[in-house]
Parts: sequence; C-alpha cells; structure tokens
Amino acid sequence: MFLTVAGNQKEYENGITVAKLVELENVETPQYVTVSVNDDFVENGTLETTVLHDGDTVEFLYFMGGGNARSILY
Amino acid sequence: MAFSNEQLERYSRHIILKEIGAKGQKKLLNGKVLIIGAGGLGAPAAMYLAAAGVGTIGIADADNVDLSNLQRQVIHTTSDVGKPKVESACETMQAINPDIEVKTYQTFVTSENILDLIDGYDFVLDGTDNFPAKFLINDACVIAKKSFSHAGIIRFQGQLMTYVPDSGACYRCVFKQPPPPDAVPTCRQAGVVGAMAGVIGCLQAMEAVKFFINAGNLLTGSLLTYNALTMDFRKIKLPKPDGKCPVCGEHPTILQPFDYEQAVCDLKEK
Ligand SMILES: [Zn+2]
Repeated sequence: MFLTVAGNQKEYENGITVAKLVELENVETPQYVTVSVNDDFVENGTLETTVLHDGDTVEFLYFMGGGNARSILY
Repeated sequence: MAFSNEQLERYSRHIILKEIGAKGQKKLLNGKVLIIGAGGLGAPAAMYLAAAGVGTIGIADADNVDLSNLQRQVIHTTSDVGKPKVESACETMQAINPDIEVKTYQTFVTSENILDLIDGYDFVLDGTDNFPAKFLINDACVIAKKSFSHAGIIRFQGQLMTYVPDSGACYRCVFKQPPPPDAVPTCRQAGVVGAMAGVIGCLQAMEAVKFFINAGNLLTGSLLTYNALTMDFRKIKLPKPDGKCPVCGEHPTILQPFDYEQAVCDLKEK
C-alpha cells in the first residue's frame, strides 16, 4: 500500500500500524511526537492499535523549543 | 491622524504596496505587539516590527545579555554584554525607529503576571525557548482571546504556527502538554544555526504585520516547518479542533494560566 508520509509518497507493507510506521521512519523521540492521519490527530496511546490504509496521509508534528534561554523561570 | 513628512518617507515602501497603503500603515502605527523573549526569535522580530512602524511594542525578558547570545540574537551587540536584554533591545529598536513606543518588562513571565502583561496588546509573539513557557503563553492567549505566533527552532530546523481565537487549533490542541524535562533536545544542548532564528523570527514578524493589515492568509490551522539542510518549507495542515482541548475546547478545564515546573538542569546550567 502507498502512504504519504511527511509529504513523501512511499510503499509500505499492508496494514501496518502507526506505531510500526513511527519505528520504520526512525522518528526522533517517538513518545513525544504528535501524529495526524488524514487531518485527524491520533489519540495518545492508540498508536499501536491505529491501522493505516492505502492512500492515508500521515504527518509527524515535533516539539521544538528554541529562541532564547531563560526568559521564563520558575 | 495625518502622516508627517518624515513618516511618509520612512514608510514609503509600505505605503506603495496595495496590500498596505496609507490605511495599512496607520493600522501598523496603531498596532500593539508584545514580544515575550528578547532572544533569537524575538530579536529579528522586534527589529523588523520596530522598523515597520508597529506603534507600540512591548518586550519581556528577565535576562542579561550573555556573550553566547550574540551568535543569533542580533538585536544585542558586544558592548551590550551584561546589560538587561530588554534595555539593549529597546535601544536598538529606538535607534532603528524613534517613531514608535517601546515598553520594557524586565521580569520572568509567570502565571501570576502573564494576563496583566498581554492585556492591552493586539498580538503576542512567543520568542521563548522552553515548553512550560510556550504552554503558558498559549493558555493565557486562549483564555484572554489574544492572537499569537508560536515558533520553535533547533539545529537546522524551525517551525511556526499562528493562533487566532476561533480559527483553528491552539498549541495545546497539537502538543497536549510539555514533554518531561530533557525528553526532547533544547537549543542549548543540541545547538542551533544563528540564521535559523532570523528566518523563523522574521516569519513571526511577517505574521504580525499580516494580522494588522489583514492581508493574505495567516498560519492558523497549519504549522509551517523549515528544514535548512534540504531547504524544504512545508505547510502542514493541522486537524480541526475537535472541541475536546482542555483550554480552547467546548468544556475547558484550564480556566486560568498555570506554571509547569521548569527543567532542573536548565536552572543549574546557566
Ligand atoms: Zn486547543
């Protein structure tokens, strides 16, 4: 089956889960990435049970800090 | 309010644009932006917004200029090392454009003061580097119904999104809660190319300008990502809010801003 992952169309094994895709794509800090499939968020804790289908569009959304240091301190 | 001759000349390249014109320039001159963080992202944003004639710019940062800041925080110079960042930023902004008012807040932004800080501003620009701060700014802006620009940078990558009340996802819709301290790399641990702060900070300034002149499309409901190594810009469509977000949803449980604990290592390192 073909998936569009982060804008690139690629062939994957039929019926893989989002968790498997995260592993195949070597996603950095996978436990803190937000995944969307066809413009819906994949709920936390359902990556293992969310099965992907031919034609699905998947995006990985990463935490990114940056800017300056210490403008906020507790 | 009529333009002075000096203003007509200073803003001539804006006024000539059909999307801005005299009307748009007046909107900019009447505009009020609060920049939280006078660092990598805040520096270029503050300089361009000052130059653009955004009439009132607030800048909040508790820190002093450090030598390691100068690789990317172009609003400060070598002779500013040791000076409060907001003071150094204010001097540069007023040197670029004495036509605007700069308000400085040399303070840590917390749940105690954030609502007072953002009150009276039209647009907030998040130039902070840490996740507790980013969630605090998001929650406060959602609660106070303020539009704001979120951004993050690391290594050769950057991203930004814009929140406008009732038009698309907020930062918490996407990212839920801050990752545990040290779970994802920070700039200090992982590094960042100075020009990345320039690229993304300028894009935040561009969003603020478009917000005031009401031209084109803001980055609401989408996240723009930039990879400098591959030179790919991607505008990722974000899912529509499903109403379940604890701050911007239909039955919010976050009704007041609150503070997450800051990473302990961050405190020790500096
Ligand atoms: Zn939300």
